[in-house]
Amino acid sequence: MSDVYLNGKFIGTVENAKQFLDEAITERRKSKISNNVNFYYDDESDEVRVFSDKGRARRPLIVVKYGEPLLTEKHLQQLKSGELSWSDMVNQGIIEFLDAAEEENALVAYDSSQLTPEHTHLEIDPVTMLGLCASLVPYGNHNQSTRLNAGTKNQKQALGLYVSNYLIRMDMDVNILHTPQKPIVKTATNDIFNYEKHPIGQNMVVAVLSHKGYNMEDAIVINKSSIERGLARSTYFRPAVAEELRYAGGLIDEIGIPDKDVKGYRSEKDYRYLEEDGIIYPEAEVKEGDVIIGKSSPPRFLSSLEEYNLSAGTRRESSVALKHGEKGIVDFVLLTENEEGNRLIQVRLRENRTPEIGDKFTSRHGQKGVIGMIVPQEDMPFSASGIVPDILFSPHGIPSRMTVSHLIELIGGKTGALAGRYIDGTTFSSEPEEALREELLSLGFREDGTETMYNGETGEMYNVKIFIGDMYYLRLKHMVANKLHSRARGPIQLLTRQPTEGRAKEGGLRLGEMEKDTFVAHGASLLLKERFDSDKTIIPICEKCGMVAVHDSFKDRDYCLMCGENAPISKVEISYAFKLFIDELKSMGIYPKFHLRTKY
Amino acid sequence: MVTKMSDVFKEYERKIPPKLIEEVKEALPPKTSRERVKKILEHVYQEWLSSWAEPGESVGLIAAESIGEPGTQMTLNTFHFAGVAEMNVTVGLPRIIEILDGRQKIKTPMMEIYLKKGYHQKEKVREVARQIKETKAGEIIKEFEINIAEMNLVIRIDEDEMKKLGLKPAELVKILKKGVRGIDLKTEKDRIIGKPSEKDAGINSLYKAKEKIRNAHIAGVKGITQVLPVKKGDEFVVVTAGTNLAEILKLEFVDTYRTKTNDIKETYAVLGIEAARQAIMDEVFKVIEDQGLNVDIRHIMLVADTMCFSGTVKGITRYGVVGEKASVLARASFETPIKHLVNASLIGEEDPLKSVVENVMINQPVPLGTGLPQLSVTLARTPKKTVKKKKTKGKAKK
Repeated sequence: MSDVYLNGKFIGTVENAKQFLDEAITERRKSKISNNVNFYYDDESDEVRVFSDKGRARRPLIVVKYGEPLLTEKHLQQLKSGELSWSDMVNQGIIEFLDAAEEENALVAYDSSQLTPEHTHLEIDPVTMLGLCASLVPYGNHNQSTRLNAGTKNQKQALGLYVSNYLIRMDMDVNILHTPQKPIVKTATNDIFNYEKHPIGQNMVVAVLSHKGYNMEDAIVINKSSIERGLARSTYFRPAVAEELRYAGGLIDEIGIPDKDVKGYRSEKDYRYLEEDGIIYPEAEVKEGDVIIGKSSPPRFLSSLEEYNLSAGTRRESSVALKHGEKGIVDFVLLTENEEGNRLIQVRLRENRTPEIGDKFTSRHGQKGVIGMIVPQEDMPFSASGIVPDILFSPHGIPSRMTVSHLIELIGGKTGALAGRYIDGTTFSSEPEEALREELLSLGFREDGTETMYNGETGEMYNVKIFIGDMYYLRLKHMVANKLHSRARGPIQLLTRQPTEGRAKEGGLRLGEMEKDTFVAHGASLLLKERFDSDKTIIPICEKCGMVAVHDSFKDRDYCLMCGENAPISKVEISYAFKLFIDELKSMGIYPKFHLRTKY
Repeated sequence: MVTKMSDVFKEYERKIPPKLIEEVKEALPPKTSRERVKKILEHVYQEWLSSWAEPGESVGLIAAESIGEPGTQMTLNTFHFAGVAEMNVTVGLPRIIEILDGRQKIKTPMMEIYLKKGYHQKEKVREVARQIKETKAGEIIKEFEINIAEMNLVIRIDEDEMKKLGLKPAELVKILKKGVRGIDLKTEKDRIIGKPSEKDAGINSLYKAKEKIRNAHIAGVKGITQVLPVKKGDEFVVVTAGTNLAEILKLEFVDTYRTKTNDIKETYAVLGIEAARQAIMDEVFKVIEDQGLNVDIRHIMLVADTMCFSGTVKGITRYGVVGEKASVLARASFETPIKHLVNASLIGEEDPLKSVVENVMINQPVPLGTGLPQLSVTLARTPKKTVKKKKTKGKAKK
């Protein structure tokens, strides 16, 4: 007697679990039971688990009976001629989808040569063990699984052609690679899902060698002339959105060039690109501070007192302007309305992104790195045949990471480029490395992919042979232009008077507690004080009662709220945060007193 | 000029600590000339001077950083002893935290029992180990039977286990009688029969008596749950799980000089504060060493000193060392700020602003390093005329 659970709920018992399972699966293969249902017998807890939930990850396998796959040569021919379809095979029980649970009961053969009578299933192809992105890594079976993981992650961030109608779409924060290429070393998956119609990288000439330390710690050195020829160039689209919001009392935002009496009016120069409707025109080149959509909002709080106030009627400026450090060209202006019927204006800004120092690149093997230096072609190393690499990749990235596939792709790419053909690098069924080497040799190159190279600056020959070849490199979406940030002075927070936080707010870089500790450890006491001076203030303190006094800047006089004008008042330099802290103590009902003493 | 050798040493006696001088004396090859000795001592003196911390050096913070930084690299969790009887040991960061917090009860108490000479044969060590290990009655009893009809408790003894201990049923009853009250025990062949001493006692009391008997201490040292003889060099050491330093030290075969426990509070209770300080140092250092890290022992010494200088072991927690800081602001900035602020306001506490954290808070130079030395100048009295002038001007400004 075994318990049976359907989707985790107990529904009954069966006499013989194994027999029940056999029958159920046979019925499913005859399509008497939906092939979405999976059966699993857990012999440890003696429970039958049946699943029909949505959202289970399932994968197709060829059914095997008595050590022979049900899929025969005949089926394959029928498939080719179109007599048979995939769903026919599923319905006939030749191919079966297993979920994670039922896979536990199955014994799956890796390929047909390994079949034994015990096997229940056969992989359609070993690659189907991998996911979509993982199967895109060429020669992935030569790698550690962690590197394969890194490689797949990186590919997801690569620039390419994400849709072909991007010009008429209003997608925002998007990158398009200008001249994507098909990879020379490809995998079977490329053909299956039309990868070559929307590739995500370019074939680059890569030499594995150090270059004056500018490609240490995973950096890469890149050829300036290659960049100037358009290598890895991309376009970035950034959004600017404004909405005419409606407020209580029939008030509404107004899109248009704001009047000069509007509260918070920017300078006239900032509005210069706006047309009469208050919206910028396409192809305008804008920089930080420039208004893209002019907008004014009704006054915020209308209290009874302010109604009679002259200034109460003025509207607030709420234009959309480019933030600190942003720039671009207006690409596309869209006027529409949103779900609530409010007028909605979307402006798409375009920006050309040429590779620069700090931009991130990767091969398909988890070998990511940023540009460390851009070298003019004249100064780049060159091979005997005059080939100048696009990228200098540091050899130190290889031993500890053991990405053998990276090296094989380099040879494969070189062979493919020289022979004028694509190389199949499908995981588990790729062209063997030996064949590539032989072909390379027959093409008149060294079989190990190395070549004699010359120093680009002195013309001297390197004492060693340099490993050089073609590789598919991807440009990743992390670009310095979106991240670069520094500040010397700038905006502060209202409450604490300390610098704001974050790039968007032009914030400071926090000198945190542990950084503070290093200053203390070095005994750099006065330097530490200076670093924390960002919120220093001078406050008057009444020496009689020890409370913060008041400074009347009209009369240039200090007085104490508790002790009056005659109390002795001294000025004290203190961090504003501490003053705030004192105020908070007061709000708790604690009376904090300052006892002042001369320091010296 | 003829100077005696002892004079050379005498000159340095005031400069160098006696222990160092002792070391020099021992290390000196025979027949070293006086000049050389003097040279050596001068070198020692210079070396000793250079090992001093400079005034204003933030030794505490540097110690904290020096222990904290390797702490980030430590592997968590416990690892398992490779041995017959598996023993769990708390290592890594959790162990360091445990020690520095000054916990009353540690996760895996252990002892290292060194033996006196003459106990180092394999057989004897095993014998000793067996003697140390605590045996509870439950371990030598095969079966308990509560007979409701006759209202008695029938205990079946495991005779093999008894033989190992060299116990006879009568002796067992004797021991049990000491530990368990409320029940009369009698031997009957290979069984022990217990009857409640009170006439009208129910099953409940029988059951309670059964549990008591199961936990009754029969032999060995209380608290020692596991023993493992380990060869260390050419002698045997008994490593135990569970500790009972006071009782172990009473045993005649134990080398009382080297036997130790990893329980700092117990070390303190049995051997005193100096031993506790040494134990803290040893235990912390052991952990760091085990992880393949390298921290200067002086940092750990400083931590151990701060934990022990009051005479009792105090953890680096808000209940221990940190809770005794002089400054309210410093205490409040560590943990539970509101508690400290409110309590300080209740008694009108004053903060002298003499330490680091407070001065960082109010944005003043911290009294360390360059912030420590101060220049004070007594200004000469200036002629009265200028004073008046300054007063009128200065007042407005002030």
